Amino acid sequence: MSEPLLAVRELAVHYPRRGPFGRRLPPVRAVDGVSFDIAPGEALGLVGESGSGKSTLGRTILRLQPATSGEVRLEGRDLLAVSRAELRTLRRRMQMIFQDPGGALDPRMTAGEAVAEGMIVHRHVPAAGIPGRVAALLAEVGLDAAAAGRHPHEFSGGQRQRIGIARALAVDPAFLVCDEPVSALDVSVRAQVIGMLGELRQRRGLALLFIAHDLAVVRQVAARIAVMYAGRVVELGPSMDVLSTPRHPYTQALRSAVPVADPASRPGRIVLTGEPPSLSPPPPGCPFHPRCFHPARDARCVTERPQLRPVGPVLAACHHAS
Amino acid sequence: MTGSGPYSRAWRTPGARAGLALLLLLALAAIAGPFVLPDPAAQPDVLAGANLPPSAVHPLGTDQLSRDVLARLVSGARISLAVALLAVALAMTIGTLVGLVAGYAGGWTDALLMRLVDAALAIPRLFLLLLLLAAWERIPLWALVVMIGATGWLATSRVVRAEVRRLATEPFVLGAAALGAGPGRIAFRHLLPNALGPVLVSATLGVGNVILLEAGLSFLGLGVQPPLPSWGGMIFDARETMHAAPWTMLAPGAAIVVTVLAVNLVGEALRRATEPGR
Amino acid sequence: MSLLEARGLAVEFPRRRGAAIRPVDGVSLSLGEGEALALVGESGCGKSLTALALLGLAPAPGTIAAGAVLLGGTDLLALPERGRRAFRGGRIGYVPQEAGGALDPVLALGTQLAEALAVHRALRGSGARARAAALLAEVGLPEPEAMLRRYPHELSGGMRQRALIALALAGEPEVLIADEPTTALDVTVQAQILELLGALRRSRGMGLLLVTHDLGLVAGYADRVAVMYAGRIVEEARVEGLFARPAHPYTRALLAAVPHIEGTLAPPRPIPGSVPDPAAWPDGCRFHPRCPDVLARCRAEPPVLAPLGRGPDGDPLLHRAACWVAERKR
Repeated sequence: MSEPLLAVRELAVHYPRRGPFGRRLPPVRAVDGVSFDIAPGEALGLVGESGSGKSTLGRTILRLQPATSGEVRLEGRDLLAVSRAELRTLRRRMQMIFQDPGGALDPRMTAGEAVAEGMIVHRHVPAAGIPGRVAALLAEVGLDAAAAGRHPHEFSGGQRQRIGIARALAVDPAFLVCDEPVSALDVSVRAQVIGMLGELRQRRGLALLFIAHDLAVVRQVAARIAVMYAGRVVELGPSMDVLSTPRHPYTQALRSAVPVADPASRPGRIVLTGEPPSLSPPPPGCPFHPRCFHPARDARCVTERPQLRPVGPVLAACHHAS
Repeated sequence: MTGSGPYSRAWRTPGARAGLALLLLLALAAIAGPFVLPDPAAQPDVLAGANLPPSAVHPLGTDQLSRDVLARLVSGARISLAVALLAVALAMTIGTLVGLVAGYAGGWTDALLMRLVDAALAIPRLFLLLLLLAAWERIPLWALVVMIGATGWLATSRVVRAEVRRLATEPFVLGAAALGAGPGRIAFRHLLPNALGPVLVSATLGVGNVILLEAGLSFLGLGVQPPLPSWGGMIFDARETMHAAPWTMLAPGAAIVVTVLAVNLVGEALRRATEPGR
Repeated sequence: MSLLEARGLAVEFPRRRGAAIRPVDGVSLSLGEGEALALVGESGCGKSLTALALLGLAPAPGTIAAGAVLLGGTDLLALPERGRRAFRGGRIGYVPQEAGGALDPVLALGTQLAEALAVHRALRGSGARARAAALLAEVGLPEPEAMLRRYPHELSGGMRQRALIALALAGEPEVLIADEPTTALDVTVQAQILELLGALRRSRGMGLLLVTHDLGLVAGYADRVAVMYAGRIVEEARVEGLFARPAHPYTRALLAAVPHIEGTLAPPRPIPGSVPDPAAWPDGCRFHPRCPDVLARCRAEPPVLAPLGRGPDGDPLLHRAACWVAERKR
């Protein structure tokens, strides 16, 4: 079993809170002990709804925001423990593409300048060679070389997203965090970008952490899925298994809530009651217990926090999953 | 700043066009005028040539020392505009740097800088200037510029700080950080150019303010010192001849009004251009 | 017998240079009692403007250039503005997207509901309060009495959307127009909201017009569908028929572009080209530059929405498409 490209262990991100008069309130546990691996060239989908912590997790892995505790090992090096100088070098190995194509590009820079930035910062491409590389990268994402001279507002959403991808690829990363890359795009444009990400992954052997709330999109991109709820991973396994026979009650509800473009199949829809939980602090024991509909739900669910354990082909954090 | 879309939209309104046209005319007059017009300091005929009404020879008449009013006006334009532009440039530079550092660094640096700014803002600018200038007799022009500039950057720093704080949360800044860009590059290559929009507006309107400020100070004898011509100084000189020779006061007064109006029209247009989504 | 009917709606926006554009260009819809009609299209097709036009509204500088909106026989567009206001929020309820800031952030929920109740039901004081609480309960908000005093920022996205539905229901509408009511919400919350809308429709016997870009929602929650492209309706059918036998190439392309949560893992196929700008709409059939089955006729002549044929009883099918290729197949 080869070394995973990315190994996350018990990663936690807690935001401190202060009440009136400086009183210490329980921190917001945005990410509350997450562990998983990603093999080189593998795509792991990360799904969850607002407040699940998936975006925070993505940013923390890239050390774009500080972590409270845990380990993030990229190719063996713990990103949370390295020096700033080493981190800067390691940044070439991991990049991110963002949800909002409009906000992800500096409005004052041309597309060419944006794509070239990584090369300028790391100087791994001689200055004379940069324009050529920029043109090649733009071509790789399906844009013509003339695009290099234009500004973001002259492009459509889908095109801006491609520029963002080219920009990330400019430093030759091995690992790409995609934070909801297609949510803000139109349906037909989504298909283009999804297809392109798949091709790029094949061609470059990129590993992906694909963060999204749309299960159908994630299914296209990733062979493995992790489901997050209240800052924790509640289910982890092959997409096929997680989506067809989810074991964790939340995954079941999530799966059943996804609209299916086929009027013939109107399955018994599980409609969740209540609201997403507060994260400061999250409910004791299993964070899902206040809304859980599992028939075997009991006192243990309220007191004991379930850990991810094997349940058939997947891992599920539930005392009663089978 | 290569703004293609929004900036071109700004010039569509008639107000903006008028303002811009006036400013260009003024700049042209200020630059080329002195070559065409008589020497503003010349007092050809103090006895018979004083306080002459506007005529073909003297389009705006003469003042009490028989100096051509138009020539003095145009010459004064040079001084007043130069003072305004340089003082504003100084103020914007200081304000932008302070705002950038405070906004990006955050934490104690930000708190400290902003408390200093708050404290300084509590002192009325005019009174501070009056105090400083009254203590310095016959102040040289460069010192006047520095004083006005050094007292005018506070509001800009707040505006820039707010804009920088907002920009720092935008994904493209995170993206630059993810690429490995250091704080210096992020601050000067990403934050600064994008934060300049409000500064530009602030600067344009500031020019109008400084023109008025300088005119007032010169009127009080604390600003531009004679024999250098300035509009405020001309108004001061015209106090006695106001009734007999109204053009001596109307000309500089009108010049101030028209210039400030033009500057404000342009500033408004810029504000509109930079406000809604770029 | 249709409850709400739109005939030939057109919304026009003047342009500084050149001819005015018509983002809504001859749209006709009909909604039966208790029926759920989905108006589907991508961004830029004109569906949101259509929804507003059904209320007799057009965002400035647009105007409603043509058409009629009939509710129980009365043409809303023939009425002066004051007459239209009696319908808006009254007989026709409008639920906007929650993300659009549709709730006044400085007013408590109770105050906003009271306003609607005062205008449309002439209720005030304790009667209004009681009714407001009842409405909040009806949309599934917990502790309705306490909820009246809450402000929008204290609520989650899902709760705010429910509040907007309550606001729309205050006037006891016969028709509810929901414009992308769940787009900004999580999928589990979306399911809750749509279930709520379905339940309300049944309990109150209202007609529902659901404007959305999500075909999946359509399949699960609508009875009939109208597909919109470039300001026009290109296909209209009962939901089963649309998914089983999509007639218009755009509908087919749209269905092929959407990834599936179950069944085939075939990669979604993007639609070549892009949505045209209203200022430069193609001649003839507006979809023709992107259509895989384009004919010469498509480039020249705009197709008319026509039934796909006749049913076994001889009546024209309810499934209609505006396509020369489909016409040819008849």
